[in-house]
Amino acid sequence: MNELRAQAAPDAPATSRIAIADGDIHPARSGARDFHPWLSKRWQDHIDQYGAPSRHGWQVGPAYPKSQPNASRRDAYPPEGGRPGSSLSFMQHQHLDTNNVALGILNPLGSGQGVQNPALSAALCHATNEWQLAEWTSKDSRLRASVVVPYEDAIASAAEIRRYADNPSFVQVLLLSRTAEPLGSRKYWPIYEAAAEAGMPVGVHAFGYGGNPVTPGGWPSYYIEEMTGHSQCQQAGLTSLVMEGVFERWPTLKMIMIEAGFAWAPPLAWRLDKHFHTLRSEAPHLTRLPSEYMRDQVWWTTQPMEEPEPRAHLQDSIDWIGWDKLIFATDYPHWDFDDPAQALPLRISEQQRADFFLGNARKVYRGCA
Amino acid sequence: MAGVPAGAIDCDIHPSVPSVAALMPYLEDHWREQVTIRGIDELNSISYPLNSPLTCRPDWRPATGRPAASIEMVRAQALDPFATSIAIANCLYGIQLLFSEDMAAAFARAVNDWMAREWLDREPRLRASIVVPIQNAEMAVDEINRCAADKRFVQVLLLVMGDTPLGRRHHWPIYAAAEKHGLAIGIHAGSAYHNPPTPVGWPSYYTEDYVGQAQAFQTQLTSLICEGVFTKFPNLKVVMLESGFTWLPAHLWRLTKYWRGLRMEIPWVDRAPGDIVRSNVRFSLQPVDGPPDQASLLKLFDHMQSDDLLLFSTDYPHNQFAGLSAMPDGLPPALVRKIAIENPRATYARLLETVQ
Repeated sequence: MNELRAQAAPDAPATSRIAIADGDIHPARSGARDFHPWLSKRWQDHIDQYGAPSRHGWQVGPAYPKSQPNASRRDAYPPEGGRPGSSLSFMQHQHLDTNNVALGILNPLGSGQGVQNPALSAALCHATNEWQLAEWTSKDSRLRASVVVPYEDAIASAAEIRRYADNPSFVQVLLLSRTAEPLGSRKYWPIYEAAAEAGMPVGVHAFGYGGNPVTPGGWPSYYIEEMTGHSQCQQAGLTSLVMEGVFERWPTLKMIMIEAGFAWAPPLAWRLDKHFHTLRSEAPHLTRLPSEYMRDQVWWTTQPMEEPEPRAHLQDSIDWIGWDKLIFATDYPHWDFDDPAQALPLRISEQQRADFFLGNARKVYRGCA
Repeated sequence: MAGVPAGAIDCDIHPSVPSVAALMPYLEDHWREQVTIRGIDELNSISYPLNSPLTCRPDWRPATGRPAASIEMVRAQALDPFATSIAIANCLYGIQLLFSEDMAAAFARAVNDWMAREWLDREPRLRASIVVPIQNAEMAVDEINRCAADKRFVQVLLLVMGDTPLGRRHHWPIYAAAEKHGLAIGIHAGSAYHNPPTPVGWPSYYTEDYVGQAQAFQTQLTSLICEGVFTKFPNLKVVMLESGFTWLPAHLWRLTKYWRGLRMEIPWVDRAPGDIVRSNVRFSLQPVDGPPDQASLLKLFDHMQSDDLLLFSTDYPHNQFAGLSAMPDGLPPALVRKIAIENPRATYARLLETVQ
């Protein structure tokens, strides 16, 4: 994944490729000042003096050093300078046009989510949302924004969701997976209530720092363990959403699990069903099997796609999940980008291919049909 | 009989410490006195709440006292009905939760001596795992060396959630000792509860804790492979106990993809994770967290790409199946025989020394 491989010529006509959705595009700031138009002087000065730490120990950078600078493809640096993902024109040229992206969902990272100071977190998230409108969705009609919320403060998060409830540029609410408490915890319920009310799905993207060791057996040593471990964090969050009755309480709520793979979903559903059956007395508030809530109310973005040998095993896995439940995603401009031309080497029907690459996304994101 | 062949080797049963009083004869004077003076409670962790429907099957639950707490119960409920030739006793007493290393070491010695005298001496079909104070690797190694002369101990028992990931280098003396003595490393469901039992904090429901054990096993498998435990100890066998196994194919797909992309970070891992698992890691059968239909279960076995990985277990007295249906229906007879007999014999070197 970290080697340069021959790409389709960027100038090839987009119509030669099937139109796709991309459920996970990461727009980046070119610098801290990008947010200043929407950030008060107080918070600008605060960041300058104290930073914006997010429950891990480094002043700058992630808890585990990445495998590449900015975790990005080496060919994704804009010719005019700046970080990968910071130039709309280069993103259009390298990704949106070349890969025929018809619907691109923006998931800004490193915004203000999980920042220790809750008021600063809220201010940064709001700035991120205004920045998405001003710099991205207003300039390219293929792009849609996520309402980035300071999820550890659910009241402030709900207010932020309601602020954009009538704005069609926003099609989902964005959380990060490594929260301070499991996702189903009552503390987060105002977020789900506001999202259900606005008709927006809630996307849960891998990463974030909740202050807990990133495995239940303590802190691992390596970045590869952190990356592989995102699927375990998402499994824990999803288990909590089911068991706490979030899906039961908001039956129209949709959740989208982003950038943690998907092949883990069937075994998780089987295990939940089996032990739910034995431990039924603990959760009388649930009226359906865990797998039924998952089947009706949870979607998964595809990247990083699991790559079993033989590939037919992947087909079994998607059959179990349902071909209507996956949303194609590339993770552009990050290093583990999945190329749509090579991501699904399976013999499937035209309808399955069309749903996988675009149709499912059009149905799940608000107002994208 | 649901396909359990006679002579099966049950790799995960749980005799209980009936009460701390049963350990008193095996505790050293200082600790016996401490138990009395300080009023030290039973070391039963929240992993298996006494009256939870999962902790003991209804037809195995005694009228009073703890499940599986007498040799008569274990014979009548776990050994005789399944015509088990050998069963490996994994004692789940909360020694790993203690914060005092000395106290943990003392209780581990007591439990292992109690196991040898009260169970192994009285029932020739039983083998056992050595409980160790994982809190301190040096003390754990001392306990392994002390017990290893008794060949009826076939494994070292760890819990899947402790203070630090099991691949971390400070645990390696334990693996060196196990490999030297021909002992497997058994990693069982359960936590020291020194970290939150999920990577996103403490859950509200016991069901989350139990279901989440599978995620803990996934991260520990990642840790053991990435740290290079099997590069350093190529003959070591690690057995995941009460782990579930239906998550394994999907987890290996993901880990292998990242290994391809990130192996520069862990250059000592020179084989694909799936190859390492097939040579060094095994899984107990129960609970079978399987798909509801037989055709899907057979596909899943195909995804595991090896018939060597599963070891028969009942997980007695935990409530994982009804009647005698410990083996999933519809498996090919040759695979059933491997799971029930051949795989356990190939995994536990010491079984061959003690079983004719």
